[in-house]
Amino acid sequence: MLRKIAVERAYGPLVEGEALVSEEGFSPRYDLDRWTGVITKHGHKLEGLSIVDKVCFFPTAKGGIAAGWAFYDIKWKKIAPKAFIFGVTNPVMVQGAVFAGIPITAGWSPQPRGVVRTGDWVRVDPARRTIEVLR
Amino acid sequence: MELTSEERAILAGERGEAQQRALEYQVEVGRFWGAKRFVPVSNVHMMGDIEVMGDGGLAWLKDTAARGARCRVATTTNARCVDFAHCERLGQNAIEVGKERELIATLRRMDVVTTDTCINYQTVYQPHLGEHVAWGDTGTVIYANSVFGARSNFESGPAALAAGITGRTPEYGFHLDEHRRGTFAVQLNAKLDDLADWGAVGKLVGESHQDYFAVPVFHGFHRIPTADELKHLGAALASYGSMGMFHFVGVTPEAPAKLPPEGMTVGDREIEAVYAGYNLGDGDARLVVFSGPQQSLLEMKRLAELFRGRKVQGSCFVTTNSAVLAQSRDLGYAQAIEQAGATILQGVCFYILQDLSPMRERNRWKNMVSNSAKIVNIIGAHRFNTILRRTADCVEIACSGKLQ
Repeated sequence: MLRKIAVERAYGPLVEGEALVSEEGFSPRYDLDRWTGVITKHGHKLEGLSIVDKVCFFPTAKGGIAAGWAFYDIKWKKIAPKAFIFGVTNPVMVQGAVFAGIPITAGWSPQPRGVVRTGDWVRVDPARRTIEVLR
Repeated sequence: MELTSEERAILAGERGEAQQRALEYQVEVGRFWGAKRFVPVSNVHMMGDIEVMGDGGLAWLKDTAARGARCRVATTTNARCVDFAHCERLGQNAIEVGKERELIATLRRMDVVTTDTCINYQTVYQPHLGEHVAWGDTGTVIYANSVFGARSNFESGPAALAAGITGRTPEYGFHLDEHRRGTFAVQLNAKLDDLADWGAVGKLVGESHQDYFAVPVFHGFHRIPTADELKHLGAALASYGSMGMFHFVGVTPEAPAKLPPEGMTVGDREIEAVYAGYNLGDGDARLVVFSGPQQSLLEMKRLAELFRGRKVQGSCFVTTNSAVLAQSRDLGYAQAIEQAGATILQGVCFYILQDLSPMRERNRWKNMVSNSAKIVNIIGAHRFNTILRRTADCVEIACSGKLQ
């Protein structure tokens, strides 16, 4: 059976990519090395993993206003993820992702736990507000 | 979204490419949040410096300026990453400093007023009740919503600049009545004699309720708080809780007559537990910072009183804006602080300083001590071990070289 997640809000074109699923929130300023795309914040649950070209699942957004430029910056450096999938997000993440042209979604049902694992291949369809696990 | 004829004209390109692109971007953001329409804004405050923008952001900004982008409403800038008078001594990269000069010149071409301050609400512009603005950083937004009763979401640099160019912002979040109601009550049973105590309250309440749309209602406090106290409270709530608004019964204009049912209490014991909770590491006391937000004139006065006749042992940085610094010189506060060996930086905030990590490594700083709960929270990415202490204790630590 096709594993599927419905999202409440979504922006961007349809994309497919490898899932990176986090149980901890994310800030491109607090957690990410903005030159390599690797999560370097000491103690972060994804410490040492790269977000480059991944479909990133994060339960919450962390951080302040400065995050708004950061997504454009990592896109410019060609180390952006394919999409950001948030449980709860804030305006800065959305403004930043739209500015960089990176697909972003917020709100999910059911929760990713049990549906999608890191390494799965997923399709994010913002127009239909769905995420499908393809393999 | 329901668009006015003016907005349709902008999208059709009748007001030029810069406005068209900015409004197209705002429509996408508005659609995401389900905004029904735009609201006009009367004031914009934006973050934009080379440390946060990078080369890509600067290239985009120059391209946007070249397409004729000009701000239609008064647009000011937040604290930035270089104080040109101090960049060499701090060892900041000369190439990045050059880009910062270029970035400032580009913003000025777009009619942006480069105030370089995160305390615009104390020194530049005080919106009135119900006034829609588009502000960032987060500390400015929570102050605008809570203390003035103005209306703003967290507007990141590109979003705020778009609002400056089009003169409007999508109506969602704190522009709407439904998100401005208090969601939980906080009884204040503590003395809260120092600014750091107010930051500690923000940490306790913010950490336990992390949600942009959570709105605490403070009540039961034994006196009327000052503007600087509310500034440290708001900055910490926004930083630890990602919150954009609070109410304070008897103080803020939209505080409710009836408290929300859910509640928590903050007393002196909880505040003391915050101070006791920091790991002092090896006791390194060589870096003390008064920043995040920049110091007001009255904070400068207090620092001058505490530092007068004393000598800093390690490094101590105080940040403020050009207006406060000029007045602090007139009044002798700046001299008293500098004669004690502290460095006053203008137009910057310590945590966004260009090349802060290499600076930390060069100086072998391990701990950073501050009276700002906000900066203690957000500087972690630069791998400082951070410690919150009261203002007088921070000065004592800076001058005695002993951390306790």
